[in-house]
Amino acid sequence: MKQKLVLIGNGMAGVRVLEELLKLDPERYDITVFGAEPYPNYNRIMLSPVLAGEKTIDDIILNDRAWYEENGITLHTGDPVVSIDRSHRKVVTESGQETEYDRLLLATGSNPFIIPVPGHDKEGVIGFRDIADVEAMLEASKQYKKAVVVGGGLLGLEAANGLMKNGMDVTVVHLMDILMERQLDHPAAEMLKQSLEERGMRFLMESQTSEILGDDRVQGLKFADGSQVEADLVVMAVGIRPNIELAEAAGLHCERGIVVNDTMQTYDPRVYAVGECVQHRGICYGLVAPLFEQAKVAANHLAEMGIARYEGSVTSTKLKVTGIDLFSAGEFNEQEGDETLVLQDPGAGVYKKLVVRDNRIKGAVMYGDTLDGTWYFQLLRDGTDISAMRSTILFGQHDLGDAGHGDEHRVAALGDDAEICGCNGVCKGEIVDAIVKKGLFTLEDVRAHTKASSSCGSCTGLVESILASTVGEGYDAAPSKKPLCGCTEHSHDEVIAGIKEQGLKSMDAVRSFFEWKNPDGCAACRPALNYYLLANWPGEYHDDPQSRFINERAHGNIQKDGTYSVVPRMFGGLCTPDQLRAIADVADKYQVPEMKVTGGQRIDLFGIKKEDLPPMWKDLSSAGFVSGHAYGKALRTVKTCAGKNWCRFGTQDSTGLGVKLEELTWGSWMPHKFKLAVSGCPRNCAEATIKDFGVVCVDSGYELHIGGNGGIKVRVTDLMCKVESEGEVLEYCGAFVQKYREEAHYLERTAPWVERVGFDYVKQAIVDDTQQRKALYDRFKYSQQFAQVDPWKAAAEGKDQHEFQPIEITAA
Amino acid sequence: MSNWIEIAALDDIPRLGSRVVKTDTMNVAVFRTRDDQVFALKDECPHKQGPLSQGIVSGTTVTCPLHNWKIDLDSGCATGPDEGCTNVYPVKVEGGKIYLGLKTDEAAA
Repeated sequence: MKQKLVLIGNGMAGVRVLEELLKLDPERYDITVFGAEPYPNYNRIMLSPVLAGEKTIDDIILNDRAWYEENGITLHTGDPVVSIDRSHRKVVTESGQETEYDRLLLATGSNPFIIPVPGHDKEGVIGFRDIADVEAMLEASKQYKKAVVVGGGLLGLEAANGLMKNGMDVTVVHLMDILMERQLDHPAAEMLKQSLEERGMRFLMESQTSEILGDDRVQGLKFADGSQVEADLVVMAVGIRPNIELAEAAGLHCERGIVVNDTMQTYDPRVYAVGECVQHRGICYGLVAPLFEQAKVAANHLAEMGIARYEGSVTSTKLKVTGIDLFSAGEFNEQEGDETLVLQDPGAGVYKKLVVRDNRIKGAVMYGDTLDGTWYFQLLRDGTDISAMRSTILFGQHDLGDAGHGDEHRVAALGDDAEICGCNGVCKGEIVDAIVKKGLFTLEDVRAHTKASSSCGSCTGLVESILASTVGEGYDAAPSKKPLCGCTEHSHDEVIAGIKEQGLKSMDAVRSFFEWKNPDGCAACRPALNYYLLANWPGEYHDDPQSRFINERAHGNIQKDGTYSVVPRMFGGLCTPDQLRAIADVADKYQVPEMKVTGGQRIDLFGIKKEDLPPMWKDLSSAGFVSGHAYGKALRTVKTCAGKNWCRFGTQDSTGLGVKLEELTWGSWMPHKFKLAVSGCPRNCAEATIKDFGVVCVDSGYELHIGGNGGIKVRVTDLMCKVESEGEVLEYCGAFVQKYREEAHYLERTAPWVERVGFDYVKQAIVDDTQQRKALYDRFKYSQQFAQVDPWKAAAEGKDQHEFQPIEITAA
Repeated sequence: MSNWIEIAALDDIPRLGSRVVKTDTMNVAVFRTRDDQVFALKDECPHKQGPLSQGIVSGTTVTCPLHNWKIDLDSGCATGPDEGCTNVYPVKVEGGKIYLGLKTDEAAA
C-alpha cells in the first residue's frame, strides 16, 4: 500500500516539490493537492505581464489539469483546507471533506499586507497577489481612471506599470525616499524613477498613508501631512506576510513564517513546508529561485534519499517592466571597509555598481545594461577572486575576450533568428520557445531541451540572460554548490577531498561512500572519477577503459563519420627526414585520405578506420614514435620557436628546453588538455603567453607564465616568476602541473582554475613555498613512472584487442 | 524469419562495454551491462548517426560519443527530452555464448 502525501497549496513551490519528487520516485505516494484558487498551478511571477496585457492567463499555466491526471494526482481546487488534525493525521476542508496523510507538505504561500488604516476595507482597495486581483484591476481599468499604488517596491512598480498600460493615470505612493530600496541604491533608484516618470507615472515619495477616503467605494487617500490625492482604485503592494494561519492553528512552531530546518521539516517531522510561508534560518524568502532550491531538498527527503540540505539562498532580482533593465543581487549597499566599482554613463542611461570585499563580489546593482547580471551573480555565488579582472570587470564578460560570441547588443534586443549557440546552431527564438512552451526554469533544462550551451559552454552567459529575461526572477540560477553530475549532490571539491581523506581507491568505493544515485554512474561522472582516482593513487588504481570517453579509450580522436585521427608525438616540434619518411610510408600504406600540419607543430593523419589503428600504431612505434595524446585530457604539445641555435634574436635554446619539458611531462593525464610552449626571446614566436604553461626566454634566464588559453575564451597568462636555469624550469613546471592535477576540477582548464582559486594562491604554492614545490615535483615524477607508457605500443602488442576488432558476420 | 547467429563469447565484451558486429549491410552494436545483460542496437544514433558502440554504458543506457544523446538499450529510444529511436535486435546468452537474431536479409546482402 502506497503512503499518502497531501499538499496544501497549489502554487509554484508546492507543485515544484511534486515535480522533483516524481522525477526521483514516481511510485512512492498517493498524492492529493488542495488549492484555494480555482485554477491549476500557474506561474505567479508572470502576473505582471498578464496585467500589462503582454500575456494571457493560459500562457502562464504551468501544469494543466491533464498533468495532474497523468501523474495520478488528485486535485481539489476552490475548496481550501481549514484545519489540520495532526494527532489523527488528516486535513479538513471548508466543505467538510477529510483526507488522511502519512506526510504533509505545507506550501500555503503568503498574503499581501493591507495597511490597517481607516477605510482599508472599502470597495476598490485590493492587493496584488493572484489571478483574482489581476482580474479586479483589469475590470477597474475599464470603468475608472485614477489609480494609486501604495508601495514603490518591485511588485508595486510592476502593478503600476500594468495599470498604466491599461490606460489609467497612476500615482505611486512610497514611504521611503528610494524606490525599491530593498533592491536598489540611490543612483539606480533615481534613474528608474526618472525613466518611469517619462512614461507618465507619478510619484509621491516619503508619503505615509493615514486614511482611505470615500463612501462605499474608495475616492481618495489622505496622508500623514494632511495632503490628499484622488483615487478610484487603490492597490496595496507594501509587502507580503507568510500565510501561517493554518500551521499555527495546528500547533506547529511559527515565528514570522513556519519554522523549518535544513531538510524543510517543521517541528512535526511528518510535516514539511516550502515556499513563501516558511522561515528558514531566520529568513523568509519572497522570490522564486530560493523556493525551487527548497523544493529540491524537500523532494529529496520525501523520496527518502535523505542526502540534500537547504543552506539558504543569495537572491537576485529583475524588474519585469518592458523596456527597463534593472538587476540587483546580494549586499548592494556597501558596508564600511568595502570597495565599490562604479560605472556611470547618464547619457546612455547606464549605471553599474559592484560591491567588493576581499576581492570578491558581495553585491551588484545594474541599471540600463544588465546583460552581465547573471555573470556577476555567478561570480558572487561562487566567491570567485576577481583581482585579475578588476580593471575590466565593469565592461562585462565579453570584454574579457569572449571572441566569437562577444555580444555587442543586449540579449533582449536580439532578434529571434540570432544565433546564440554556435556549436549546436541554436537561435534565440528556439530557446525562448522552449522556455515558454515547456516551462523551463534552469540552465540544465534549457541545455537538455535545446542543446544550447551544452557543448563548449561559451554561450552560457547568453543563455542564462535569455532565461532570466524570459522567466523573470523565476530564473533558477545554478546553485552555488554545483553537484559533480546528476548522480550526486556532492561537488567536485567534496569528492576530491573524500578520495584523499577517506582513502577511496575504486569507483565503487567513491560511489558508495558518497551515496551515488546510479550504481554505474553516468557518462559525465565516470571519466571524472576515473581521472581523480588515477591522479590520487598512481601505481595503485587501475585505469578503467570503460569509463573513458571513446577518444581516450581508442587513443585517437573520433571524427564525425566514425573514423579516427592519428597524431604521433614530435618532441618540441623537431623531426628528422627518417621520421617524416616513416609517417609518409604509413600514410601510403593505410591510404590516409588527408594529412595536416597542426597548430601544435606535428602532423595529423585523418580518416583512419578503427580496425586499422593498431597495425598503423605498430608501424609508427617501430619507427620510434609514441602517441601524441592529441585526443586526451592530457599533456598535448610543447610548441617551440627556432631558438638561439639558429635565430639571430634567440637568447636561449628554446627547442632543446621544449624537448626536455615534453620528455618530462608526456603521457601525463590531466583534468583537461594541457599545452606548453617555449619562446626563445620576448618576441614570443611560440605564443607561450596563451599556453597553460609558457616559458619566455630572456638573456638573463627564463620567465615562467601560467594559466593562458587560446581557445574559446582567450586568456593571456600571468607571469609567475623568473628563474635562471633549465633545471629550475623543469622543477617549477612539474610542480605547477602536479598542483593543477591534484586540485582542479575535471574538465577545468588552467585558465578558469587559476581564476577560480586566485593567481596568488598558485604562485604562493609554487614560487614562495619551496618545500611544497619540491614535494609537488616529486609526486609528479613518481606518477610519471606509471603514466609514461605508450598506449599505442601497448595496443599494437594486443592490449584491449576487443576495442579495435569488430566481429564479422558474412552469411546468415 | 530470424536466425540466431553465434557472435562471440560473453567474456569477449567487457562489462559496461560493447563490440561492433559487422554484417554485409550494416553495423550492430552489442552491449554488456554490469549485471551481464546483453543488448543489441543498430550502431547508429537517431540524432546524427554517431556510432553508439563507442559510447559510455551505464545502467541500461549508452551515451552517444558525438553529442551525448542517451539511448535506452532495451527500447533503442532516446531518453529525456531528446526524441528518436534506433533499431533493436533480439539477442540472447546461452552457455556463455551470445547469439544475435537477425532476419536473413539483414545478415547478408
